[in-house]
Amino acid sequence: MPARIDFQTEPSRYRHWKLKVSGSRADLILDVDENGGLFEGYQLKLNSYDLGVDIELADIVQRLRFEHPQIRVVVLQSGKDRVFCAGANIRMLAGATHAHKVNFCKFTNETRNTIEDASETSGQKYLCAIKGTAAGGGYEMALACDHIILADDGNSTVALPELPLLAVLPGTGGLTRVTDKRKVRRDLADAFCTMEEGVRGSRAVKWRLVDQSVPNSKFEAAITRAVQRLTNATARPAETTGIALTPLERTFEHGAIRYSSLDVDIDRSARRATLTIRGPVTAPPATTGDMQAQGASFWPLRLARELDDAILHLRANEPEIGTLVFKSIGESGRVAGHDAFLDANASHWLAGEIQHYWKRVLKRIDLTSRSLVAMIEPGSCFAGTLAEIAFACDRSFMFDGALKGDNRAPAALTLTASNFGSYPMSNGLSRLATRFIGEPESVETARAVVGTPLDASDCERLGLVTSAFDEIDWDDEVRIFLEERASFSSDGLTGMEANLRFAGPETMETKIFGRLTAWQNWIFQRPNAAGAEGALKRYGTGVKATFDPKRV
Amino acid sequence: MPESAHVDYSTKIPNNVGLQDDQRVLKALEQWHPGYIDWWMTMGPEGFQTSDVYLRTAISIDPKGWAKFDYVKMPEYRWGILLAPRAEDRLVNFGGHKGEKAWQEVPGEYRAMLRRLVVIQGDTEPASVEQQRHLGKTAPSLYDMRNLFQVNVEEGRHLWAMVYLLHKYFGKDGREEAEGLLQRRSGDEDKPRMLGAFNETTPDWLSFFMFTFFTDRDGKMQLESLAQSGFDPLSRTCRFMLTEEAHHMFVGETGVGRVIERTCEAMKQAGIDDPYDIARVRALGVVDLPTLQKKANLHFSLSLDLFGSEVSTNAANFYNSGLKGRFQETRIEDDHALTSATYPVLKLVDGAIKLVEEPALTAINMRLRDDYVKDCQGGVSRWNKVIEKAGIKFELKLPSVTFHRQIGEFKGIHASPEGQLLSDGEWAARKDRWLPSTDDGAFIESLMAPCWEAGRYASWISAPKIGIDSKPGDFEYVKIHRA
Repeated sequence: MPARIDFQTEPSRYRHWKLKVSGSRADLILDVDENGGLFEGYQLKLNSYDLGVDIELADIVQRLRFEHPQIRVVVLQSGKDRVFCAGANIRMLAGATHAHKVNFCKFTNETRNTIEDASETSGQKYLCAIKGTAAGGGYEMALACDHIILADDGNSTVALPELPLLAVLPGTGGLTRVTDKRKVRRDLADAFCTMEEGVRGSRAVKWRLVDQSVPNSKFEAAITRAVQRLTNATARPAETTGIALTPLERTFEHGAIRYSSLDVDIDRSARRATLTIRGPVTAPPATTGDMQAQGASFWPLRLARELDDAILHLRANEPEIGTLVFKSIGESGRVAGHDAFLDANASHWLAGEIQHYWKRVLKRIDLTSRSLVAMIEPGSCFAGTLAEIAFACDRSFMFDGALKGDNRAPAALTLTASNFGSYPMSNGLSRLATRFIGEPESVETARAVVGTPLDASDCERLGLVTSAFDEIDWDDEVRIFLEERASFSSDGLTGMEANLRFAGPETMETKIFGRLTAWQNWIFQRPNAAGAEGALKRYGTGVKATFDPKRV
Repeated sequence: MPESAHVDYSTKIPNNVGLQDDQRVLKALEQWHPGYIDWWMTMGPEGFQTSDVYLRTAISIDPKGWAKFDYVKMPEYRWGILLAPRAEDRLVNFGGHKGEKAWQEVPGEYRAMLRRLVVIQGDTEPASVEQQRHLGKTAPSLYDMRNLFQVNVEEGRHLWAMVYLLHKYFGKDGREEAEGLLQRRSGDEDKPRMLGAFNETTPDWLSFFMFTFFTDRDGKMQLESLAQSGFDPLSRTCRFMLTEEAHHMFVGETGVGRVIERTCEAMKQAGIDDPYDIARVRALGVVDLPTLQKKANLHFSLSLDLFGSEVSTNAANFYNSGLKGRFQETRIEDDHALTSATYPVLKLVDGAIKLVEEPALTAINMRLRDDYVKDCQGGVSRWNKVIEKAGIKFELKLPSVTFHRQIGEFKGIHASPEGQLLSDGEWAARKDRWLPSTDDGAFIESLMAPCWEAGRYASWISAPKIGIDSKPGDFEYVKIHRA
């Protein structure tokens, strides 16, 4: 196992993917290096993948939006003969800790959602052209795409064989996308998901598992036609050059990670990390041209990338750090100014991408199975986009008044237009709409104070923070809360927080993550899958799993 | 008495499985029949469908008297469903169900696995007929032509055997798969046959003999291991198919043997001792021995690929489920469960070729391949006896299993026939020494002139020692009536 799983990569380091860009079309070839697994003990045969493969995919999807904005259609294919992708590597799963499996599934799901987000909000369409078998996660990758073409050669199939083969469920949204996205009839979906060998040819089309089934001799032509169709149906800025997503400024220290606009300080004995965000030190650029010239160093983009990396790092590498405390330092006015700049230029491709990226980063925070706490202190800059982080937290504490002898500004929270719909959660609602699900009028009351710095008593009154404490109580209250939180069962907290964070309607995304954390993770822990005689442990040995027949 | 040693010819489809009492399956097979005949007419032996061929037809499954020889027009051949007799109280002899009664019906949990086994086996049968369909017109003798057609009709019958299983035991899916077997085509870009070697061409008679020796021998090994199946109908089907498959091995081994014999004889007559004096040997109108070695290298390596990955989860599952055993399973002395045994597997470890002990259960393919190599070696040794007897210093050798592989452990490397690892450059520079080159192909092609006079043989092949059905040397095995 590597000392640290790093979520940062860049094209020259890819081992598993090849990206070819030509005009408005990108060709993305999955050609997994068998010996390029993230850990020891398994080979990535048959284009199967592990977290390392998916980190590269996530990087590509991200770079396609920022570095190649002219791309309209991405064609996803296999670089191997007779196999598209066999899904997540089973030996990797069988050997991994439960926590790693869960994190792995969560990340792959986020990546699939990002593909769908690229299509929906940036008009970068994905076409999946399958030759050979697309099984499990392989088919789930296809399911994330807008259009699926399956070779009709008697061999190529799509399959979700998890249940019959491994006694688990597809972990990357397969079941939900089959019913809710592809709208496969439930009984046919049941037949499909219990069929180890999968479905091919015209039946796959008839069941709506794929969009087209095409003989080999017409395969390339069918791709070209589908690319043309998708290209014509989508709009992207032509003649645009992207910006380079340059390597992050990041140093790992003992117990800390330092980014250009974010510090992560880890207190291991308290099992807590404090993420301190530094607001912008300058006003927003005057023009979109200036923003583009700043590129990856433009503060909102830079911070989003740093925060994204920090969250992923903590999830994968710091399993015992159970509480994340968010703090900020800076001038609220400048944060609000950046929000206003992005809003005013939302039709500019880069401004739009940055807003969509913030939406994804905030969702990543929502989906992090750690207790999330915001501390709104004097000198902080929780305005607009940064206030959204506070609304993503399970609890928020605000310092009431000023500290004696402290010349920092009293704690304030400022709402901007960004808090009212720019960053929907996976339930499709803004964080404020979710927060006030039982009192929608409170959203309107809050909207009326956009732009006004709100002090602790305002925030308490408006329901924007959990509690406000003055100088006398602050230290004790905060300490007691954090100590109590750390004393609870980590599993209990994970379940409770995931339940409470997503009030309101179900969407495909909430279903996917909800069912992942509930059903899939439960089944993954059960002896029928993970026991010594379970299907995951026995997979590949030829010995059949022994099942406990009791239904729960 | 639904099942007997004798074949019931009262139904359209000869059988010994009581089809007259099984209207469902009889109807399904009768519906499949026209499609089969259509396939045979379009993809079967080209140009000889109206000829009278002296063929053997099965009339009984009794090992002593099952065959009857007569002139038959191939489309009228009585393809039928023939299973070896049912052994009372047969058991599952290996895997997790060892000791249980053999299954007479498909166990639900193994339906998909069994169907896959039957479909893959079934797909190879028509494939070779397709691969060989143009060979009739360059037959080196009527005797060889007849053997080709015998092999072809029997491959056709083997397809019937697998289709019967699909119709009888696998319901609607089985019928769809049976249709699929008629729709795929060897070498077709859109609907290729399932396994690589069955999409290669069989361009000439030397390829045909090599194919029947090497590739049909893979078929034999697969049938041998399926004959061990705990699913009794599959076992019985395969046991009877093996009696026919033996003839294909015979055609291959004696075919290559007769080519060798003719070459050695011609070399001696011309006073050539050096087998590598290729130009002079070829000038005699015979196939030089180094070219034979290249052909053997090619067909051996393609056939090894048919065994799949050395370490295979599927193979382990098939074994543990009691569906597909090892070669001569019941004669092997071990626990037949293999849950704790290991088996040495040749693998690529850090760039070197090494024997590694692997769990025996997952090394089932490797073991079958090892048995196959031994089986091949027997035939190759007999060929070498012919060369030795002629006093020529040359020995045919099976290449290393690492040589020229597309599937399994060695697919990503290049190795010489001796198993020495090579760079891409070395391989490109030397591969024509080991595999038939375009020039070699052109030379063999140039020899492929038909020789259709009864009792006569082409320049490059000897007459057989004895005729089929003990017929005299000038027997007219095929009465050619060209349409």
